[in-house]
Amino acid sequence: MPRVALFPTCLVDVMRPSVGFAAARLIEQAGFAVTVPEGLTCCGQPAFNSGDRKTARALARRTMTALAGFDFVVLPSGSCAGMMVKHYPELFEAGSADHTAALALAARTHELTAFLVHIARVNNLASEFPARATYHDSCAGLRELGIKSEPRQLLKKVAGVTLMEMEDAEVCCGFGGTFCVKYPEISTRMTDKKVERIIASGADTVVAGDLGCLMTMAGRLKRLGSDIRVRHVAEVLAGDYATPPLAEDDGDAA
Amino acid sequence: MQPETARFKELSRAALANDQLQRSMVATGPQFVLKRAKARAALPEFDDLRNAARDIKNHVLAHLDVYLEKFEARVQAAGGHVHWAETAEEARAIILNICAAKKARLITKGKSMVSEEVGLNEALEGAGHTPVETDLGEYLIQIRNERPSHIIAPAVHLRREQIEADFRRVHTDLDPARDLSHIPALVEEARRVLRQNYLDADVGITGANFLVAGTGSAIIVTNEGNGDLTRLMPETHIVITSIEKIVPTLEDASTLLRVLARSATGQDISTYTTLMTGPRRAADPDGPEEFHIVLLDNGRSQVLGTEFQDMLRCIRCGACLNHCPVYQAVGGHAYGWVYPGPIGSVVTPALIGIENAANLPNASTFCGRCEDVCPVRIPLPRLLRHWREREFEQHLTPRTVRSGLGAWAFLAKRPKLYGLAMRLAARFLNWRGRAGRIASLPLARGWTRTRDLPAAQGKTFTELWRERQK
Repeated sequence: MPRVALFPTCLVDVMRPSVGFAAARLIEQAGFAVTVPEGLTCCGQPAFNSGDRKTARALARRTMTALAGFDFVVLPSGSCAGMMVKHYPELFEAGSADHTAALALAARTHELTAFLVHIARVNNLASEFPARATYHDSCAGLRELGIKSEPRQLLKKVAGVTLMEMEDAEVCCGFGGTFCVKYPEISTRMTDKKVERIIASGADTVVAGDLGCLMTMAGRLKRLGSDIRVRHVAEVLAGDYATPPLAEDDGDAA
Repeated sequence: MQPETARFKELSRAALANDQLQRSMVATGPQFVLKRAKARAALPEFDDLRNAARDIKNHVLAHLDVYLEKFEARVQAAGGHVHWAETAEEARAIILNICAAKKARLITKGKSMVSEEVGLNEALEGAGHTPVETDLGEYLIQIRNERPSHIIAPAVHLRREQIEADFRRVHTDLDPARDLSHIPALVEEARRVLRQNYLDADVGITGANFLVAGTGSAIIVTNEGNGDLTRLMPETHIVITSIEKIVPTLEDASTLLRVLARSATGQDISTYTTLMTGPRRAADPDGPEEFHIVLLDNGRSQVLGTEFQDMLRCIRCGACLNHCPVYQAVGGHAYGWVYPGPIGSVVTPALIGIENAANLPNASTFCGRCEDVCPVRIPLPRLLRHWREREFEQHLTPRTVRSGLGAWAFLAKRPKLYGLAMRLAARFLNWRGRAGRIASLPLARGWTRTRDLPAAQGKTFTELWRERQK
């Protein structure tokens, strides 16, 4: 059985383990053995995007070591996967051992829905999830990794899910890592535009593949008093409606 | 012009609270996006053209000296003058000298961002000349004493009602009872007011979108025809532009023109594309007696050979502004200098120093839409990130950010300690939750002032996973 290393990502690890378990279940159901390697912390993106290449390089090296020897590395995040696929190789000098290792890791690393569609070739999902769902394309997944059809294709296989496209699904939600606390007013305005689109879609659930975007959208929706539910795509695909949506304390009625 | 980039946060807050501005942005921004998307969809080879455009500019930047000298020789052969300006000050001095020699009173101007960059209008006014902007948008901001808020649509931040009020304030010799309640009436009035200026001007100043090394031509594109009147009617025509605008041949210029208008306004081609080669020749029915080209460096040559070189490919289409959610939220004036939006946040630190402009490269979510639409494929997020690297290296990063990052990095490099800290954090962020959310959290007010923080689930994934494995 091919061995998959699941990198839960630092946000899922601390904020929302249910996403990690949903991802693990999906990967296992597709016929892969899931391991969560020791020694993982964060992929280093906050340092990289803050201009601290030295720390980014150190964390990339640690991550590459922890993830060596697996057939595949899967992350429930387009952003962290994008960091490893697109940016780890940029951190090291071409021709160096680290660069070679980074390229090798990049070739084995996949965002969850892309992995399920392109590697695991999942045709059917046994799960069920009652939702009129609209999908928000997270920026890194979309523009760094080209993920667009994969989550939608999979969501359509879940019994009970009706997909409803929102306008401007590809426009940033305002999260942007440290951006959302460095420029909170601009970030909030961006989120408000996103929230308008979500509400206008008529969906009762907004789904995305990155916890940062989800926390941003959920945080604003709830502050504004909306009852639209916010879910990671892994939870919907795995049929985990028992876990409460982000920023709520009751599971979806089923 | 004195940069106000250090006030970005304050200016952007004011912009967010400015209803007129917000209405303007919502009315125009999506239109630009839609028009570009249509133009792109109508031209199957558009993305290939973008590659070709990128390659032309890369080639030029690798041989900039060669093409600039060739261009100079061709301009001179056609009877024109080339002036090299290393700094904004030099550019102003060169132009003031020409205008003084011509005893110029009225000076008409076509739209030029480089003239904004060197602060030309203030200099001309200071020397007793009267510059009049002839591009409608530039005219509007000139009478309002403002800066352009967009590279190709300088008055995009204005509403019709504001323009009507400005016209009534400035055009005092016109009938106060006239109807200015619709846009065509405003355009008609501007046209009438500007017309006499073309005839009276002693000097005409334009920018250039491209310079063609092979022919010594400068090219401008406009939609109003004002550029043609500005450069044809006065006795003296001055082109002020910057060194990276050069392309080898007319063929290359045509490739770039094909991506420029589509990216900018969604047009196949701008209404007017004007090629200007030397002064009037004996057989020409009209044209200037003198033709000057001022080539500005102003820090650009320092960018060559650095990790920032790709910024010099820019053809100033404005697509990155139109597609940037940050620009669309705050408008161009918040950026505090000449060039706003993603390209402005990359160019500005190069021209005025990262120590004066660090706010700009940080005000991005790296969403990547700018790079996605750039006609010459400038990797804008990467260049923004490189500026953050320079900022970090030079210890310009704010102390709170730096120490926060340092503490986090200390932990992230020590998995055992990190695991413990995360287990504590997961418990704390669960315990603080009410109904699944945290309404207020000290140290995270940047977040909780406007949104709830979803509560954590109580344990970390790692510890739950290890428990499950036992």
